[in-house]
Amino acid sequence: MNVNQHTPMASPYGQPQPGYGHPGYAPLDGGYPVPYAPYNGPASAYQPGALPQDYSPFTSFPSKAVAATPVSDLSSPLDLGPARGPPTSGPPPVSVPQPFNQYSPSQGDVQNGPPPMTQAPPRPAASQPYNQGAVNPSGPHSSYPQHYGPPPSMQQVTNQMTGMQINSGPPTAAGPGYVPPHSSQPPISTAYSAAPPPAYSQASPPASSAPPQPPPPSGPATSQQYYGSPQSPSQQPFNSSLPPTSQQQFTSPAPPPPSSQQTFPPSSQQTFPPSSQQTFPPSSQQTFLPPSQQNFPPSSQQTFPQSSFSGPMPPPSQAPAPPGSQPQQSFSPAQPPFSSAPPPVSQPAFISGPPPSAQGSFPPRAPPPSSQSGSFPSAGPPPTSTPSSQYQGPMPPQQQHPPSQPSPYHAGPSPPSVQMPPTSMAQSNHLPPGPQGPPCPPGPMQQPPTQPGMQGGYPPQQNGAFGQVRGPQPGYAGPYPGQPNYGAPAPAPAPAPPAQKRLDPDSIPSPQASDMPAVQKSRHRIDPDAIPSPIQVIEDDRAKSTEPFTTGVRGQAPPLVTTNFQVKDQGNASPRFIRCTAYNMPCTADMAKQSQVPLAAVIKPLATLPPDETPPYLVDHGEGGPIRCNRCKAYMCPYMQFIEGGRRFQCGFCSCVTEVPPHYFQHLDHTGKRVDCYDRPELSLGSYEFLATVDYCKNNKLPQPPAFIFLIDVSYNAVKSGMVGIVCQELKSLLDYLPRENPEMDSVVRVGFVTYNKVLHFYNVKSSLAQPQMLVVSDVSDMFVPLLDGFLVNVNESRLVIESLLDQIPEMFADTRETETVFGPVIQAGLEALKAADCAGKLFVFHTSLPIAEAPGKLKNREDKKLIGTDKEKSLFQPQVGFYNTLAKDCVAQGCCVDLFLFPNQYVDVATLSVVPVSTGGSVYKYTYFQAQSDQERFLNDLRRDIQKLVGFDAVMRVRTSTGIRATDFFGSFFMSNTTDVELAGLDCDKAITVEFKHDDKLSEETGALMQCAILYTSCSGHRRLRIHNMAVNCCSQLADLYRNCETDTIINFFSKYAFRGVLNNPTKAVRDTLINQCAQILACYRKNCASPSSAGQLILPECMKLLPVYLNCVLKSDLLLPGADVSLDDRAYLRQLISCMDVSESHVFFYPRLLPLLKLESGSLPVAVRDSEERLSKGGVYLLETGLHLFLWVGASAQQELLLNIFGTTSFSQIDPSMTSLPVLDNPFSQRLREIVDSFRAQRPRYMKLMVVKQEDRAELIFRHFLVEDKCASGGASYVDFLCHMHKEIRQLLS
Amino acid sequence: MATFPEYISQNEERDGVRFSWNVWPSSRLEATRMVVPVAALFTPLRERPDLPPIQYEPVLCSRATCRAVLNPLCQVDYRAKLWACNFCYQRNQFPPSYSGISEVNQPAELLPQFSTIEYVVQRGPQMPLVFLYVVDTCMEDEDLQALKESLQMSLSLLPPTALVGLITFGRMVQVHELGCEGISKSYVFRGTKDLSAKQLQEMLGLTKPSANQGRGPQTAQPPLSNRFLQPVQKVDMNLTDLLGELQRDPWPVTQGKRPLRSLGVAMSIAVGLLECTFPNSGARIMTFIGGPATQGPGMVVGDELKTPIRSWHDIEKDNAKFMKKATKHYESLANRASTNGHMIDMYACALDQTGLLEMKCCANYTGGYMVMADSFNTSLFKQTFQRVFTKDVQGSFKMAFAATLEVKTSREVKLSGAIGPCVSLNAKGPCVSENEIGTGGTCQWKICGLDPSTTLALYFEVVNQHKAPIPQGGRGAIQFVSQYQHSSGQRRIRVTTTARNWADAQTQIQSIAASFDQEAAAILMARLAVYRAETEEGPDVLRWLDRQLIRLFMFHLRRSPFLQVFNNSPDESSYYRHQFNRQDLTQALIMVQPVLYAYSFSGPPEPVLLDSSSILPDRILLMDTFFQILIYHGETVAQWRKAGYQEMSEYENFKHLLQAPVDDAQELLHTRFPMPRYIDTEHGGSQARFLLSKVNPSQTHNNMYTWGQESGAPILTDDVSLQVFMDHLKKLAVSSAA
Repeated sequence: MNVNQHTPMASPYGQPQPGYGHPGYAPLDGGYPVPYAPYNGPASAYQPGALPQDYSPFTSFPSKAVAATPVSDLSSPLDLGPARGPPTSGPPPVSVPQPFNQYSPSQGDVQNGPPPMTQAPPRPAASQPYNQGAVNPSGPHSSYPQHYGPPPSMQQVTNQMTGMQINSGPPTAAGPGYVPPHSSQPPISTAYSAAPPPAYSQASPPASSAPPQPPPPSGPATSQQYYGSPQSPSQQPFNSSLPPTSQQQFTSPAPPPPSSQQTFPPSSQQTFPPSSQQTFPPSSQQTFLPPSQQNFPPSSQQTFPQSSFSGPMPPPSQAPAPPGSQPQQSFSPAQPPFSSAPPPVSQPAFISGPPPSAQGSFPPRAPPPSSQSGSFPSAGPPPTSTPSSQYQGPMPPQQQHPPSQPSPYHAGPSPPSVQMPPTSMAQSNHLPPGPQGPPCPPGPMQQPPTQPGMQGGYPPQQNGAFGQVRGPQPGYAGPYPGQPNYGAPAPAPAPAPPAQKRLDPDSIPSPQASDMPAVQKSRHRIDPDAIPSPIQVIEDDRAKSTEPFTTGVRGQAPPLVTTNFQVKDQGNASPRFIRCTAYNMPCTADMAKQSQVPLAAVIKPLATLPPDETPPYLVDHGEGGPIRCNRCKAYMCPYMQFIEGGRRFQCGFCSCVTEVPPHYFQHLDHTGKRVDCYDRPELSLGSYEFLATVDYCKNNKLPQPPAFIFLIDVSYNAVKSGMVGIVCQELKSLLDYLPRENPEMDSVVRVGFVTYNKVLHFYNVKSSLAQPQMLVVSDVSDMFVPLLDGFLVNVNESRLVIESLLDQIPEMFADTRETETVFGPVIQAGLEALKAADCAGKLFVFHTSLPIAEAPGKLKNREDKKLIGTDKEKSLFQPQVGFYNTLAKDCVAQGCCVDLFLFPNQYVDVATLSVVPVSTGGSVYKYTYFQAQSDQERFLNDLRRDIQKLVGFDAVMRVRTSTGIRATDFFGSFFMSNTTDVELAGLDCDKAITVEFKHDDKLSEETGALMQCAILYTSCSGHRRLRIHNMAVNCCSQLADLYRNCETDTIINFFSKYAFRGVLNNPTKAVRDTLINQCAQILACYRKNCASPSSAGQLILPECMKLLPVYLNCVLKSDLLLPGADVSLDDRAYLRQLISCMDVSESHVFFYPRLLPLLKLESGSLPVAVRDSEERLSKGGVYLLETGLHLFLWVGASAQQELLLNIFGTTSFSQIDPSMTSLPVLDNPFSQRLREIVDSFRAQRPRYMKLMVVKQEDRAELIFRHFLVEDKCASGGASYVDFLCHMHKEIRQLLS
Repeated sequence: MATFPEYISQNEERDGVRFSWNVWPSSRLEATRMVVPVAALFTPLRERPDLPPIQYEPVLCSRATCRAVLNPLCQVDYRAKLWACNFCYQRNQFPPSYSGISEVNQPAELLPQFSTIEYVVQRGPQMPLVFLYVVDTCMEDEDLQALKESLQMSLSLLPPTALVGLITFGRMVQVHELGCEGISKSYVFRGTKDLSAKQLQEMLGLTKPSANQGRGPQTAQPPLSNRFLQPVQKVDMNLTDLLGELQRDPWPVTQGKRPLRSLGVAMSIAVGLLECTFPNSGARIMTFIGGPATQGPGMVVGDELKTPIRSWHDIEKDNAKFMKKATKHYESLANRASTNGHMIDMYACALDQTGLLEMKCCANYTGGYMVMADSFNTSLFKQTFQRVFTKDVQGSFKMAFAATLEVKTSREVKLSGAIGPCVSLNAKGPCVSENEIGTGGTCQWKICGLDPSTTLALYFEVVNQHKAPIPQGGRGAIQFVSQYQHSSGQRRIRVTTTARNWADAQTQIQSIAASFDQEAAAILMARLAVYRAETEEGPDVLRWLDRQLIRLFMFHLRRSPFLQVFNNSPDESSYYRHQFNRQDLTQALIMVQPVLYAYSFSGPPEPVLLDSSSILPDRILLMDTFFQILIYHGETVAQWRKAGYQEMSEYENFKHLLQAPVDDAQELLHTRFPMPRYIDTEHGGSQARFLLSKVNPSQTHNNMYTWGQESGAPILTDDVSLQVFMDHLKKLAVSSAA
């Protein structure tokens, strides 16, 4: 899969690949080890799989290897599958070397091109493992184990989705099945059998798909060599195309080592396929199948690795025959054996995953091979040595030693796999859906021709139907516990010809099938590269958005948030202000209900615009205030229709006719437009501001300038952590940057200071004082403000006193022993101060601990892990006491916005503490285990930004809509006292509000749907303003139109907010189910009503929503909805409130982090991101991952020295200090550019991201891995492929 | 034997005691018939520079219910080393330290000239004196400035080891932490919420002194100082700066409103602070009040200026809605303070009333001062305040702290009660009478603040039955035992033992009559009257008084502000009564019947009748009413002065004449506490009203023409003159006798 994906990338990667390969692998390896730890349970099982991966790599190599050591390979792979019989294993090893050699050269080359990344490394690794395992019984064993060890991890990671799940799920199931095969080598086999089998079974289908490859073979053949070479081994062998040779090759090479090698090859092939378009179709399929098969079979035991192995292995056995016959057929037969493995779509996934991963991982392994591989990629060797060592290290512990050979031989397992096949087959049948997958890929592949296979693959997806999806299904079978379910669907599709035939012939024929090459159709596995790739979509959108986006056209969806584009306001609000889920709203409620597509808008009223766009103009309508519709009170906007020569206007929202005031009168031109239309922003633009009159002010009094009050916890923890000192120090300079509208002027914002522990200390910093005065209020039960004059002061006037104060605060409390704090009274104090000063403002609260001191708002520690997952879990997200709700209400009434900075060392009940910030439009920042040294930078940057950013106060937002729809629900940080007015004590430029609309009548296609969002607020210079955003969207009576103009990112934004709020009242499981269900309904509706007829087994996704599953899966896997064991309740509550006010671009990167490979950095453009999967990581590379909250720099264990030197100034991996928080400033272009990138990332996000350097195999990698969201996650989240399969199943159920 | 007047003055000189009767009627019946009860004015701390400090502790009677102190009246058996208690007749062994006792070697307490003797107790820790300033900040800047200067000056008058604290209040109450470097810290409390001592303790962080003070946690926790009460020597500079930076209460006061003044809570916090830090140790809470409390507990008036503060009229109409609640608040504070031995001074300087009526018990119960002036920026306040810190020749304060007075009597006499700045300690004993007069039902009182002029009126009851005659020559003895904290920190015990002869009223009525101390009796009765006036309805008191006494003195008493509230605000009444109840006999007499001196060319200054007939054009009058010193220039004298004759050398005698009363007035001003209001006026001056209101209106618009004499000045009043009063009395006397 990865490979495939890469492949598209391949071209670019091609070069990098070498590096990648290694790095990628390395990472994988590294990754695995770590993962293992966590994954232990499933991982172990998979680990074996990993080994297979190794094999898979081989398989990939196989192409060459195949030729080289067909027999051996065959034996090995086959052995794995059928005969794995230890004996074979024995032989294989011998053969292995050869294959490697062969592979190495050929593959190396090939790999260098596209697959290299994964393949190259894999091979070496594989070779080594194999060699060791196979060649040297004893040695090999050991080596294998080692390899396995790592690989498993690798696989897991790579496969993540499938792998993980599959492992868990399948292993057990498969376990038994495999067991028999294992019988030969019980231990391993069992292990492998367990997980892998299912996967494999599915994989086998892919194998079947492989047959399709045959078609490609022609083209592919060559390609295959690339890919094929890699993949071919596996698939090709299987596949008809290369089958014979490949198989032979495989067989020969594969046998012993081959298994491993072969596996690789397949993977490589797979990867390659994508790269080469032609190859793709086949390759993809082939890859799928083969890999899956190979992988699976072998992997079966060691799920992935084995699979890979098996893949190759099986092929050999079967392949030999089948190949001859034809891939498919051969596959079918082969599959049977393999089938067990292959069938599961998961396998495809696995394969795809595993192989790449495997390769990746293997590469390291390759090292060993390196020796052999010496011939192989150069990279291979060196790394291999090291990697191998690494791998071995890890590996050994695992089954490898004992199983080592066996395991590979398990490939031998493959034989068992054969046995498996039946069962697996069944599953594979299920996989069949997979077939769809294949078809799709093919489709895409074909289409893609223009573009890399990847795209090609996508196209179909875009078309709506994802053949690939099918793959997923199988994958699901594997991954999901419910494999059985999957199994059902899977078998049919994937199992390729044979499987299909046997299982679900129907499933096989996917709608696209017709379009797609037969081969593709036939494939069932899900090739991760074939399923919709977010990266691809993003890149496509980027490529297509070269022109500035003009907002004049109604119903036009804007470019994605990930795309840089310029906006020209021509009557609708810029997408920076408003983004809609659908730009074609259904006309009727029925349609809306049927489609289930949420109708929502994400509004970011005060969004910051890029410098090249004009901020909203300020319009003054004079003393009478803005001109509005008499009935609905909508403000003058371009949707108002002037009639009667301009004497009246008709409201676009409610159709009411209103007199035009004399001073506003203007003649109309011949088109009925006012003559001054383009002179007046409110008549020609989507966004503008009105000057509000005194009628729009609280108490009919013009507002006072706002005030900022800093409330600093000075309890023991706060002082000890250094927070107090840092805050005080920073404030001294920060006070010069208080927000102002006019940069020329001094800010009119006044400031005040309070410190507190169990009591509150107010400070009198009146300019006339020589020294500040401290006023202690210990009556916290009944808070009040002890002084008025001198508390809120102008910074410039009181500068000396303030500086003296900030100097003294840390000293004064340096020896404090007070550990208890209050919290409620702190906010009350700020609120009272603002009340006393009769102004709005913002409180900056710096707080450390659970407020247990006797005072209003006192809290208990209620963190109870036992409640997690139960129906009572929701109570943990609700505030502990009602006090804060009341307080929040009071704050809102006063326009008191609260920003909370938390520095907890333990549970602080974020759920309760954040009530006030969330209700007042404030922000919560959390710095767990704050350490001055390491967290200072992040905190200070957040603080700086938070203080400096433009903010409005005492705001009320009202969304008016045209008749027919109505804003019914609002999500964000605000307070609502009625159903229409969104009250925000504070509203800053980073806050977004998601508004959901529902029909209350019909809409008409002519007029479309209009919405006007009006925000009345007090600017930071104390002026009352009205900001108006107008938005018009089309209405449609055809569902297809709806689906054609959706924006998935926005939908996900809505879903996430909806779900995150849902956990307050529902068990998280119910929330997840609801999400899945709705998503399934959306897609099912599309499938039913909009997609061209096709097989039920085919997953067809709307072009605009093809990423919905992957993103939704990310939402479902988020810490809030699916917490891992190490995720604290506070973290979840924190996330919950964080999401609530995210805009689309933030939520997008939050759920699907941006992962950039750092190989070559060009100024002016960023490297193309890679998908968030471990498979995509090359051990020899360095990656940058960004989530909007975190920033990781992942360093592969065998990262190129040059890279390291450029980035860290050292060539030694071990000398990299993982605790560094900023990159060393080095005088080389690479370093400069990298730092530029990092800085630009940070500048894009509202929160500063601390850079974490993660070294492969380091403990910290666990954290990093968490963000590889396409992979299976430790907390049980499905991999992308698995989820897609699951989704498909759901959809099918809905359709049936 | 000397005459009674001599005897009386000698006794007063030596013991500070003046009895209404110096020979006592021997039975209850006879005593009752005497109308004026057997009573005494006792000045516990009467200045006795000649008293030797006795550096050991008194010897007490061993009977548990007696515990009288060995005194010169006791019979002593030098051989057996026994002494007999002269109150309960218990025979006691001398303690071992008295083994050397003999007729020629008597301890001081047995010498007759030491009927008053002072012991210095050596044990126990020496407690520091505590001065807690409670300062109002809601006042004009000028006033505040003057007050700040006075306060700063006072720091120099305090002994270096004395602890000092500062609480300021306005809308909020701030307890200032002293001695902190850099930033000045204060604890702020809302002015509308009363706090218990415990709450206060928690909020001030006084619960864990060791932890909070950060000082040696093990060091015996000497509560000798905390963050809020620090030795003067340590925080002198700091506090001076702090006072200097005091600002007027910064909370805005809108038009038509009074500033919000949290006096009630401020005092409560002051009391609470001392309560939890220095219980039963001498402390002085000095409250500087610039206006009435307008919020929170203890408020006496709302913040609306349109609603004036309560007047006597309102009170009579029961229209003073805050009074009862406020009074209750301050009473409870006074009780808490007195329980802990702390006194509360009130320096109220405002043109309007400040609520002294409600707050009076704070001073009355605790022995604190009540001072009333128009502004802090007057010499009246400044001098008075300075005089609080008067020192004796040894350099210690004349004031004493946390005193208790115990009275022991012979069996024939019992204690009815006391009137003065004291509270009952509720010590029941055999000598406590069932009939209560004043603060009764106890034989011990607490007097939190004492100065040399503090005088208590003690009322006794003769309980001896007519059938059980006392042997001829028997004497009734009374012992006053005052324990107090000297300003040096020592505990001292002053013991005064005195005795009076019994006489049978039937046979020795002459001697009893001769022993009558008119002045003492007058003041004693006046105190009683004032006490009743405070606690009962006004008219009833006058009627009672009329029934009780017929005397010239009473004429003035009836007209005095102590009983008459007309023309006085409730605050003024409270103020006058307060002073009357604590001053010694001489001062009290002046208060009731002002002294009027006349200066003229016709002779040396002479006292003249307090009568309108004394107001003559060529006289300068000097009137001393205790509260005011008034110089009145007669019409002619005033004209001369206006003409400037005193500047001419040939009229130097006139200059001297003008100067004479001024010099005399100065002398009075310098010795009196609180400093009187000094008024220099002349015929027709607006301030002359003070004089005209005091003199006997023998000539009024009603009768001036009938008298037709050219002497004196007519007083425009409807008040009856002494002549009319006497006539009326005579009539009454006859009729009642009938």
